[in-house]
Amino acid sequence: METGRCLFVGVGGQGNLLASNLLGQAALSMGIHVVVSEIHGMAQRGGVVESAVLMGNVKSPIISNAEADILVSFEPLETMRILGKCNKKTLVITNAQPLPPFTVSLGQGVYPPVEEMLEKIKTRVEKLIALRGNDLAEEAGNPLSLNMVMLGALIGSGAVPVTEDVMKETISTSTKKAFLESNLKAFDLGAQASKKLS
Amino acid sequence: MHKLLTDSPGTEMLLLGNEAIARGALEAGLAFATCYPGTPSSEIPEQFFAISKETDLYFEYSTNEKVAMEVAAGAAISGLRTMVTMKHVGLNVAADPLMTLAYTGVEAGMVIVNADDPYLFSSQNEQDNRYYARLSSLPMLEPTNTQEMKDWTKAAFELSEELKLPVILRTTTRLAHVRGGVKLGELQPRKVKTTFKKDPFHYVCVPAVSRELHKLLLRKYDQAVEKSENSPMNEIIGNGPWGIVANGVSVNYVMDAVSDLGIEDKVSILKLGFSYPMPRDLCVRFMEPLEKVLVVEELEPVVEHELKTIAQETGLTLEIKGKGVGELSRLFEYNPGMVRKGIAEYFEIDYKAPLPVDTSDFPALPGRPPNLCAGCPHRATFYAVKQVYGTDAIHPTDIGCYTLGLLPPLSMGDLVICMGSSVSSSCGFSRATDQKVASFIGDSTFFHSGITGLVNAVHNNHKFTLVIMDNGTTAMTGHQPHPGVEPETTGLDLPKVSVEDVVRGCGVKDVHVVRPYNLKKTIEAVRASMEYDGLSVIVSKEYCPLFARRIGKARKARPFYVNLDKCKNHRDCINLLACPAMFLEGEQVHIDKNLCIGCTVCAQVCPENAIMPLKG
Repeated sequence: METGRCLFVGVGGQGNLLASNLLGQAALSMGIHVVVSEIHGMAQRGGVVESAVLMGNVKSPIISNAEADILVSFEPLETMRILGKCNKKTLVITNAQPLPPFTVSLGQGVYPPVEEMLEKIKTRVEKLIALRGNDLAEEAGNPLSLNMVMLGALIGSGAVPVTEDVMKETISTSTKKAFLESNLKAFDLGAQASKKLS
Repeated sequence: MHKLLTDSPGTEMLLLGNEAIARGALEAGLAFATCYPGTPSSEIPEQFFAISKETDLYFEYSTNEKVAMEVAAGAAISGLRTMVTMKHVGLNVAADPLMTLAYTGVEAGMVIVNADDPYLFSSQNEQDNRYYARLSSLPMLEPTNTQEMKDWTKAAFELSEELKLPVILRTTTRLAHVRGGVKLGELQPRKVKTTFKKDPFHYVCVPAVSRELHKLLLRKYDQAVEKSENSPMNEIIGNGPWGIVANGVSVNYVMDAVSDLGIEDKVSILKLGFSYPMPRDLCVRFMEPLEKVLVVEELEPVVEHELKTIAQETGLTLEIKGKGVGELSRLFEYNPGMVRKGIAEYFEIDYKAPLPVDTSDFPALPGRPPNLCAGCPHRATFYAVKQVYGTDAIHPTDIGCYTLGLLPPLSMGDLVICMGSSVSSSCGFSRATDQKVASFIGDSTFFHSGITGLVNAVHNNHKFTLVIMDNGTTAMTGHQPHPGVEPETTGLDLPKVSVEDVVRGCGVKDVHVVRPYNLKKTIEAVRASMEYDGLSVIVSKEYCPLFARRIGKARKARPFYVNLDKCKNHRDCINLLACPAMFLEGEQVHIDKNLCIGCTVCAQVCPENAIMPLKG
């Protein structure tokens, strides 16, 4: 298969490491060669958290500037910040609902206007899928299921060779029973929203 | 059952590099493991900690890396297969036993896992620990992916036993924290007890013994060279005229670049997996037919220099380069694009790097630095110390979450160099200046290397205040236990060593124990210690809130809110504490009830008493 370089970005606590790990497991179970990279430790204390899933004919675990085929971002400011990893052929899937950093609360910076920025991004990449991820997670019954919404949006876009069935199977085997229903619902809502926007 | 105990050889699992190392050790019949945690090595001992609770594997979190190395040495010299893990700077702490353990050697296999951190994702420096192999003459293996991390860990035990030497397995962040498919092998039974055979003229390193042992080490080194020459871990790939040499994660960048550039038939790649001792003859055979060689290695030009030496000794005159080609430098980590560009430039291949999305017209984006968590007790402690000491005092700090206290508005941190340095550097600061000194250290770091500094401060009559921030766990690296933790929080029946008892036992006379969420009493204690003419210690005790939640001891407090009828918008809460549960909406501060843990500290800071617990 062709190489797919999928970059995940989020804020500590949003669960993007779990999402990239699950995608990696699902890919492996389909016999797709996969490497997943993550950053742990100090970087996680409320800071930006990046992970990458590389599938197909590729050995390197990380993605260089301008080389992401897909960006899945859990937070719009982080979409803007990491855009240098993308090129004009990149598919960008982003949550459109901000989680302002503390520097904004302290008056050390201004949160950029989301709609306006997303419009700019849209014209510079192959495709932009922007969804109200937190609302969908609420609707699924668990505000912490944003990562499942975003994973659903990625699989729903059809941009990676992992099927919905295999992804849901992987989610099912690695989710605690209490969260299973809301996680699967969040995944479905993300997938539907992304198909509608594709 | 722990997933790494899955006994089905041939099964492929997605494993984190660090999990793969742990699995490799289990497949080698590991009996005894020690560590001090440190990113990016911590997930290896995490596996052993869990597995030791359900098997007869012995595992301990040791007080520091030197101790961990020596505990492991005792077991390995006795005859048990042993592993000790640490981050790169941890090996500095363990360097003393390392150097002479190389002389004595070991009886059973001993593998030292060393995790380097190029780009300093979670470290105070990015030293290249390949030099430790050279300094100690110990063999070093550098796997390049998760499968090799498992397989070569097993091989490292066998190598160690053949040479009767500890073997260093070196990883970097991009190996330790990468997940990939790993085909499992067979689990081996463990030999968990043994009998030590006395041999004092081999193990007691007095000068007369060590003179002989140094000769022995050099003989073992020669054997290691033989093994390196013939090891499948060192591999020549391809037979083109352009040479590329790489180690560790860079091997992947090179392989991808060669494929992307379509130059498979033009290159010969030397993959150095058994990277020390260097396979000298193999390097000569590799270089002889080549036009020129590019060395792709992160951090220091270690291999580059050794290849140049080998070439000079054998009369080879081909060009050998590494650092300085393209963007390949001694700084930070490499990446696929950088390596592709370097190779293209060096071998003069037409190549255009892809263009990133243009963001030059984007507004300045607000930063998102890491921050102390909502309700973190360190914030309260920093606030109290700052209230008393003002801004002119010197605040040496140490390694842990509380290092983040350096960020504004707390701005409490003037020096960090290594674990334990807060205490000892305070001795120097307080003698060299007339400024007040109040330093910070965490509980785990205090046990790691703060105690000797404290004894020094007592004995040499230094005058400063040491604040020990005791949050009941090793928070930064993922809540590992240490000697001061409550036994009930670990599920292990191990005695607790009290921080306060240690402090008093060291001879400190002025000792205060405070609960930092009680600001008034904490400030009183800080003031008393500042006015005390001598050395003071304040033990500030409160659980890390993340840890408390994990062990079911979370505060049962209600979250707080800002009462808009009372708030006069002084903003002391947000300007002085900067708790991430607070946010501005327009000009008004609010508290996010989902983040607030009810620590009450902001309510105590508010001059209008406008911050109150939510009802119901």
